[in-house]
Amino acid sequence: MNKFDPISRRRFLLGGGAALGGLILPGCGKTPLPATYGSLLRMGDNLTYLAHRTLLPGQSLVREYSHKDISSFPAIGAVTPHEPGKRGYSAPYRELQQGGFADWRLAVEGVVDRPGLYSLADLKRFPSRTQITRHTCEEGWTAIAEWTGVPLSRVLLAAGMHRSAVCVCFYTYDSKVVHSLDMLDALHPQTLLAYGMNGRDLMIRHGAPLRLRVENQIGYKSRKYLQRIVVKDVFDDGGKNGVAAMGWAWYTGI
Amino acid sequence: MSPETFAPTAAPHAGWVKSTHWIATVSFLLLVFTGAEILMVHPRLYWGEVGNGLTPAWIELPISKNYRHGGWEGKEAFFSGADAPVSEARTFRTFNQNSWGRSLHFLAGWGLVAAGVVYLLAGIVSGHFRRHLIPRGTELHPRALWAEVLGHVRLRVRSATGGPDYGRLQKCAYFGVVFIAFPGAVLTGFAMSPAITAAHPWLLNLWGGYQSARTVHFLLAVALVLFLAVHVVMVVKSGFRCQMRAMTLGRKST
Repeated sequence: MNKFDPISRRRFLLGGGAALGGLILPGCGKTPLPATYGSLLRMGDNLTYLAHRTLLPGQSLVREYSHKDISSFPAIGAVTPHEPGKRGYSAPYRELQQGGFADWRLAVEGVVDRPGLYSLADLKRFPSRTQITRHTCEEGWTAIAEWTGVPLSRVLLAAGMHRSAVCVCFYTYDSKVVHSLDMLDALHPQTLLAYGMNGRDLMIRHGAPLRLRVENQIGYKSRKYLQRIVVKDVFDDGGKNGVAAMGWAWYTGI
Repeated sequence: MSPETFAPTAAPHAGWVKSTHWIATVSFLLLVFTGAEILMVHPRLYWGEVGNGLTPAWIELPISKNYRHGGWEGKEAFFSGADAPVSEARTFRTFNQNSWGRSLHFLAGWGLVAAGVVYLLAGIVSGHFRRHLIPRGTELHPRALWAEVLGHVRLRVRSATGGPDYGRLQKCAYFGVVFIAFPGAVLTGFAMSPAITAAHPWLLNLWGGYQSARTVHFLLAVALVLFLAVHVVMVVKSGFRCQMRAMTLGRKST
């Protein structure tokens, strides 16, 4: 029996190739891609990243919840970086914690006109934002909390971020791992430098005195115990200290 | 059961059916493997938006050392009141291979979605769905369906035809897999992406929250694995060599 086949193999390949090119090419111009380290998995991560950047509207806000939705919240990873011998221990952090974080400063550096050090009081002088959002852990669990802080975009603009900026790197006390965000997520209105959780100061286990909140990515991008922020004009995924080199996805919008 | 009238009317599988079948097969097996790994990291399922180690689970599966690990300390309530949400710190070193597990899951997801889109478009355009896959009204008479169920339970399966026409139960199974289970698995998957749900919050409404989507994702995966098991049994019982030839290099059924 002869079959009716409207799509020849050649037409199928041509059409598919054109569609894939249409998906990837618009993204290539604007979006510098993280290195793949020769890994098929990192190539897949990049395909997802490009698809999100190409197909999703720029800076949609994640859902915000009401106060009654606030849930219990596990603290995982480093939870006591001020205690010697514990995971993520940092002697400088211990010193700052013992002084009630009075001497803690956030360094903002890189391609900015006014690099500087910000105390907690400095950061609290910026207009604040409070949002009740869902934390989505890569492990599969979720928790809802209210976060208060200053949008990262305000601090970057106050520091005089250059137009050439392509990414922002985050350094923390509890680990050598460097995380970074592209400018779309760094300047997202819900991306916060958070100092408050559920109406009070951040607990140590949740990242005191200051943590990042990246609401449209998976939880591990929301770094705790912030120390230094560096704006870069060349894409930097953290190199050998970055998550991608350690086998984890750099972009975790999924 | 005798081959009866089936063999003479059988049409061979179209080329696009064969290629998408095997791309989907490889993708699906990878998705099940990595999906099991991801579930082992947090083997608890919930309904609604929120679920974590500090909230009650709908079911908890004994599939890794993370099952009921109980490693929590330093309980602290966020608010006053007996049932106020709490923070607790995890002391247990969990099983977690999500670095490759998640990325491979999404890479395989790309394979499934690509094959699925080609298959759905070609199936509509060629009339394959209308002519071969969607059960006709007369085929859905309960008594006839029940008779065929009984026949299948007794493993009395008609001989291989190497392509359409399909039996009525076969049509129902393929219809459920193609139009319900796989699209549902993809849409529940999307509902677990913070970036996608920021742009498309209806995905969360559709399933009733992140954790509901995750639970439905799991239940659909179980249904698809059961389908695969029955599918393979049917292929073997009806004539393994003929069926495999028909779905690979064979052009004509005999």
